[in-house]
Amino acid sequence: MKYLDEYRDADLTRKLLADLQKTITRPWTLMEVCGGQTHSIIRSGLDRMLPREISLVHGPGCPVCVTPLELVDKAVALASRPDVIFTSYGDMLRVPGSDRDLFAVKAAGGDVRIVYSPLDALEVARKNPEKTVVFFAIGFETTAPANAMAVLQAKAQGLANFAALVSHVVVPAAITALMESADVKIDGFLAAGHVCTVMGFWEYEPLAEKYKIPIVVTGFEPIDLLHGILDCVRELEAGRYGVRNAYARSVTRDGNRSAQAVIQKVFETTDRAWRGIGVIPMSGYRLREEFAAFDAELRFPEIQSIETHESPLCISGLVLQGRKKPDECPAFGKECTPQTPLGATMVSSEGACAAYYRYGRYEKETNREGR
Amino acid sequence: MCLGIPAKVIELYEANGMKMAKVDFGGVVKEACMEYVPEVKIGDYTIVHVGFALSILDEKEAFETMELLKQIEALGEEGTAA
Ligand code: SF4
Repeated sequence: MKYLDEYRDADLTRKLLADLQKTITRPWTLMEVCGGQTHSIIRSGLDRMLPREISLVHGPGCPVCVTPLELVDKAVALASRPDVIFTSYGDMLRVPGSDRDLFAVKAAGGDVRIVYSPLDALEVARKNPEKTVVFFAIGFETTAPANAMAVLQAKAQGLANFAALVSHVVVPAAITALMESADVKIDGFLAAGHVCTVMGFWEYEPLAEKYKIPIVVTGFEPIDLLHGILDCVRELEAGRYGVRNAYARSVTRDGNRSAQAVIQKVFETTDRAWRGIGVIPMSGYRLREEFAAFDAELRFPEIQSIETHESPLCISGLVLQGRKKPDECPAFGKECTPQTPLGATMVSSEGACAAYYRYGRYEKETNREGR
Repeated sequence: MCLGIPAKVIELYEANGMKMAKVDFGGVVKEACMEYVPEVKIGDYTIVHVGFALSILDEKEAFETMELLKQIEALGEEGTAA
């Protein structure tokens, strides 16, 4: 398929790796922000082919992983109500709540439906006027345009039985939080290509300047990732910092203006708790007052305070900040597997623990084939 | 969940007042909303996330980037041979 095959070319991969080896003179630690990039890196084995000097640490860019436990518990409580149809992206169903996940609610007879797009949730609302259809609106700036449009359309189409449980997060605030924490050592960032497709990359320019760190907008295929790494290493080796775009076929400096306008119309910035990490100031979106009628938390105020319990074994917060690799977690591949996940990073298709498990990075410990 | 994938636009239409399309992900055809790429034409490739096209892939930029990477490759080879 065009725009995929040519970015997986083995010859070009080898040659770019050779060029990288020639460019690099000292160790550098780069963080790929997005969990989609983490999966691509581990799946293609790119991290094992890179020059030894490069250490890739995996970032917090997995929306399922950082959705706070409190909201997962609220989702479970809502989905358990007989008057609610709960709709969600599929990845959220197995994410452990304090005592159960959405899948368990569904198994116990709750009406929990997986949707591919938030527009599908609107369709469910249209067909079931006697129920409240709650959509779990999670994600980064990549899903925000879709989720915002669903709310806008619900209002425009008079779908009063639609509500959104909103847990949106944004990348620049997370980069700031990482750079401000004293013990995180990152020399450069590979920024998430699809977040930048929506938001552009102008927001990163003051960050690169402030922290004197190169930030390279990077795509998702092996050649894209190598291109991003190469650009980042060149900047570092030359002592430069700035924002570069290694994903120009999809990203412009301004991003997608009409998507930004709809996000702005529906959402406003707010402090948000990130699972395993804690509250990051101004790091999320919530619905604006104008759309309060579609806010599931306001519509069901009784779900406001739920006591949460996180697994004491799980170190996913450290994994999400690039401080630990998944296989450094004592529970990895033992108490914690995709069938018995202790943390969200083992569940999500973008979670680092799931990537390590799925692509056999637990062989050392368990001596099994990783598939 | 939010993996964006390139998809080729094969049909354009309107539904519920929104610009929609049938898009082809290398053989799998799905519906996607085109409200955020109003200038889209049949035959364009778009990045689709959770049912919404977020960008139209820029063929010229793609070509130029690829040429640049191949040049690196050529230089790299010279370097090795020397
Ligand atoms: S391996 Fe499991 S327990 Fe360990 S950090 Fe990952 S999700 Fe948490």
